[in-house]
Amino acid sequence: MTTKGRNIIVGLAGQQNAGKSTIFNMLTGANQHIANYPGVTIDKKTGSYRDELGRIEVVDLPGAYSLTSFSLEERVARDFLLREKPDAVVNVIDASSLRRGLYLTFQLLEMGFPVVMALNMVDVAEANGRKVDARKLSVLLDIPVIPTVARKKVGKAALRRAIRQAAGRVENPVQAADGGFRIDYEALEARIAELTTRLAESHALLQIVPPHWMAVKLLENDTDARNLVRRYHEQPEPLLELLDSSMQAFEDEHQVAPGEYIASCRDRSAVSIVQQCQQMTRRETVHTSEKIDRVLLHRGLAPIFLVLTVYLIYELSIVQGYKLTFMTWPLLAKMRAAVAGILPEPGLLQDSLIRSLCLWMVDSVNTLLNYVPVFLILFTLIAILEDSGYMARIAFILDRVFKSFGLHGQSTLPFILGGVFTGGCAVPGIMATKGIPDERSRLATILTVPYMNCLAKIPLYTLLVNIYFTAFKSYVMLFISTITIIMAMIVAKLLTTTILSGRETAPFIMEMPNYHLPTATGVVRRALDRTWSYIKKVGTIVVAVAVCVYVLLQFPGLPSERMDDFAGKMDRAVSVFQEQIRDTGYAHILTGPHTLEALNVAASYREAKLAAATQEASRAVDTRFEQRHPNLISLLRPRDPEARAVNRALRQLAEERTTLRTRIREETIMHSYFGHTGRALEPITRFAGFDWKINVALISSFAARESSVATLGVLFQEGADENITLEERMSREGATDGRTPLHALALILFFALYPPCLATTIMVKVQTGSYNWMLFSVAFPTVFGLVVAGGVFTIGVQFGLSALQAMGGFYVLALATAVGLSFIKDPAWKRQQATMTAKNGGW
Amino acid sequence: MRNKLRRRHGRCAGCENGQGPSPARDSGRRLLTQVANGRRCRVKRHCANGAIRRRLLDLGFVPDAEVEMVRCATLGDPLELRLGDYYVTLRKCEAELIEVQEG
Repeated sequence: MTTKGRNIIVGLAGQQNAGKSTIFNMLTGANQHIANYPGVTIDKKTGSYRDELGRIEVVDLPGAYSLTSFSLEERVARDFLLREKPDAVVNVIDASSLRRGLYLTFQLLEMGFPVVMALNMVDVAEANGRKVDARKLSVLLDIPVIPTVARKKVGKAALRRAIRQAAGRVENPVQAADGGFRIDYEALEARIAELTTRLAESHALLQIVPPHWMAVKLLENDTDARNLVRRYHEQPEPLLELLDSSMQAFEDEHQVAPGEYIASCRDRSAVSIVQQCQQMTRRETVHTSEKIDRVLLHRGLAPIFLVLTVYLIYELSIVQGYKLTFMTWPLLAKMRAAVAGILPEPGLLQDSLIRSLCLWMVDSVNTLLNYVPVFLILFTLIAILEDSGYMARIAFILDRVFKSFGLHGQSTLPFILGGVFTGGCAVPGIMATKGIPDERSRLATILTVPYMNCLAKIPLYTLLVNIYFTAFKSYVMLFISTITIIMAMIVAKLLTTTILSGRETAPFIMEMPNYHLPTATGVVRRALDRTWSYIKKVGTIVVAVAVCVYVLLQFPGLPSERMDDFAGKMDRAVSVFQEQIRDTGYAHILTGPHTLEALNVAASYREAKLAAATQEASRAVDTRFEQRHPNLISLLRPRDPEARAVNRALRQLAEERTTLRTRIREETIMHSYFGHTGRALEPITRFAGFDWKINVALISSFAARESSVATLGVLFQEGADENITLEERMSREGATDGRTPLHALALILFFALYPPCLATTIMVKVQTGSYNWMLFSVAFPTVFGLVVAGGVFTIGVQFGLSALQAMGGFYVLALATAVGLSFIKDPAWKRQQATMTAKNGGW
Repeated sequence: MRNKLRRRHGRCAGCENGQGPSPARDSGRRLLTQVANGRRCRVKRHCANGAIRRRLLDLGFVPDAEVEMVRCATLGDPLELRLGDYYVTLRKCEAELIEVQEG
């Protein structure tokens, strides 16, 4: 490769559980970059390192069992190899299951690449009584074989050396397919040779693929291979006819399709190699993993361990993580104060646009950043579950349940990330659907993950439960956490049997990974990656949306006569204040424009004193204000009767100002675009018992759910000046409006089924690659949620049910529906069976 | 538990009874789902098509491969099987497509 200098590209190929990513981390260290393969949602991880000769770029190929065109991952891996033609391929193999791993090695060798085998996890294999003779294996396959323990970085230098040597060995991989190790295809050899010769006649095809590999692929009945022939071969039709007749003749003669025959030839070769270079140091030992599984996957005990695991995740991430947020919140509050300090001073009644908009944005971002500690812990735990191998076991235990609803065992991870009963976030949840091989369940999972209880839904639930269900808190919380999963299952079943029924499905055929001790770097990296994706969401989408929501909530603004009215009231209050202080020694610093300054300083002083946690901090605040406002400090900390009287008058004025400001804010929202929309929707939402205030809160929560509580806080602010909680205010106002727990139940139900927040819908677009699905993900839950909430509310009112009766009734109904739906047969299986009986193929 | 597994005959909810390959009457020929926990058998043939067939072959369900039934999940489905030195999970629907020889 002298033309390319000394920089080379290396592909990293291997099966899913062979430890490919740990090898990748070992080779490249921190220097990694994740992108997508063109046109698909599969991650393309690239990383690089330098050796004495130059830069080596390592591309982590998707985990593949073989290189067929049947699964997306394998197709992507194969296309990469054919198109990019890496200078060498590192084949990662789990030393404990050499036989299985060799299938892929054979295919890589057939493609003519210089292969370096990383025989990984040799320590585990030896502990299990399987000693692999790497030198013998290297001789048999005619490739370098490097024993590694990537977890402990054993074999790093040797692997790097071997990569460099292998890459320098061959000029053009396509033409170097001959020589070296070759599988004996026995009875098929003659036919392969015939096809190879015919394929080699085509110069165009020869540039792209090695003919021998192509011949084998064609005999395996690989559709992509046929397409390649059609595209590049000069005379495709006679060649394909020859192929078909050759395959038919073989099948007639040997009673087995060439594809299966090739598979069993590979298996025989693998078995023979394993026999020659693997030594059983112990006879028929039971894997350690299997010993663990005898307990963890025990038929009776498995659910108990599963529940314990989920409970542990809940306790550590949500409960403890929440406690952690009390420690991180002051930091965010400080940030807000810092921003507030830079911005122009607040006005008497209305702030400048720049101040209120910036603070609005900071508040929106802060509410989301507040959850970062929770997510860090949650994602760390989930990464540990994944890396240890237990996640695959969870999929195994739960697959039967998921299957009944058209989902897949591997939907478990997205649902857990989305927050099954623990609180999570739909964004990483939807990102995690990448791993689901079954297209239909992948889509169904993407569309149902948003029903899970994301952390942002919880404040509203807590608020409503505290107001309306004080006596039954735990029951209602249990209702909320289980009804969401029940509804998600119902929706998944409805979708998979209707609009998704035509989608491709995949079987739950999964290799059970061995248990591994997760590596700290691997876990931390994955947890940070996922948390970072959450922070990016906050930084980009949420900020942008916060601006839009701000505009829609604040404009067109108050009619001028209302504003004049408020201004008049404020003026009166100010003149009363002036009257009170006229004869005091402070008059000169509190008149005219100084009044506003004094009000603002007093407000920030109070805020700073409240934020100060310790005596020292409190003293520091005093000194700071003393330096900055030397003439006001005696007023802020009144020592003599005169100062106290002035301070009292100032406080009264400040209270009047706050009341007026909150009134203005409320009326602004009422007159805003959202306010109008909320009112316009009242005729529809009336059936669910939502008034316009609730409507506004729900609409604004589309941006980010946490804003629903904030908006409600602004809307229900009668009494805000009396310093009573939002709970009390809402219940007081609710009592006069005739709002009952039934209203709250309808709201909870709607919120549970509420469309995903904006960041999530964008993730839906990314993962489904279609705007239609994105729109669907918004429209369907809105309609469904309104129907459910409206139905429960209307029926509840009609029959005079109490909220708890309605809740119980709905729960029973939903559960019965879910159970009933689970018995409906899967349309995909009917199709599968139809084709099976039509073509009863066999050996 | 073993008996129960046999009696239930491995029909998962999605599978139509009697449409799979009928196991031959002769000694030891049966469907993979009929193999009891802890028992071993050899793959004879399978009736899957397309992607499932390919995946089964890739995972080593090739003619004459030795398979051991390890366990079934709590709800009776899916199954965990051992092929030589690795473990594979299959749903009963897929396992029903595989005909094996026991003993």
